[in-house]
Amino acid sequence: MLSLRCPYCGVEAEETELAPGGEAHLVRQGPGSSDEDFETYLFLRENPKGVHFERWRHAHGCGKWFHAARCTVTLEVFGTYSAQVSAPPEDILAAIDARRPGWRREGPR
Amino acid sequence: MSEPQTPLGPARFDGIARIEALPARGMITLRGDLGQSPLRGAVHRALGVEPGGPGTIVEAGGGGAVAWMAPDEVLLFLPGAEAAPVLAEMRDVLADAPHLLADVSDARALFRVSGPGARDVLAKLAPVDFAPDVFPTGSFRRTRLAQVPAAIWLGGDGAFGVMCFRSVARYAFDLLGTAAAPGGEVGYY
Repeated sequence: MLSLRCPYCGVEAEETELAPGGEAHLVRQGPGSSDEDFETYLFLRENPKGVHFERWRHAHGCGKWFHAARCTVTLEVFGTYSAQVSAPPEDILAAIDARRPGWRREGPR
Repeated sequence: MSEPQTPLGPARFDGIARIEALPARGMITLRGDLGQSPLRGAVHRALGVEPGGPGTIVEAGGGGAVAWMAPDEVLLFLPGAEAAPVLAEMRDVLADAPHLLADVSDARALFRVSGPGARDVLAKLAPVDFAPDVFPTGSFRRTRLAQVPAAIWLGGDGAFGVMCFRSVARYAFDLLGTAAAPGGEVGYY
């Protein structure tokens, strides 16, 4: 059972109240971009074993999108944060550092 | 003028909790930046109270209330069934402030769940912690009731309010009745 705290409502929402939105912090490639960049944006996703940043929507609640950082192996949730950012905030990164030392070296993000 | 009709009429079920379908009430949705004074003022004009923070419902006199639905949305329950005059007053207060204001009186069905087994009945159906210290009086939570979206709150009279879309009113009422059937005591809360 995965449960995430909605940063807007402040409630602990479990999996069935949420809708998954896939990988977070994608950089959009629009008109004028190369075919390779567009393909990467559209189809290619990280599939890490470990720390993952995701988008979720509190579908059966306030209806807002938010971000979550969690571990794909243990389902441990490091934190949730606002959707209005293009990179994970420092406090989330610090929380992951505390639980998974050296995770940033494990691969490109 | 046509009379407003509730989806189920005066339906009622008595079991380990009492389930009642409530009569028609005026309901108004207000969306916008809730920190702005025109929006707070419009709610105050309509009900005499200001909206509360996330996850709360603030009750006003005569059965009116304002519920926090989302960071940019509140739902007003009016004391009476007539929403049109209140809507006009709110429009005056809001003036040029960016907002969305709509009469949604017919959109949803309302229920009242009361009695000592009320927390257990709702906890069977929604993935919500209904412990009295986690879900005290004045709490408001949008969630799901088995398979349909719903909102649940705890009023000052000690009874729970339940709201769902009108189209699933029969499903929600039967569901609550099944969960409240005699012999279904849990005794957790």
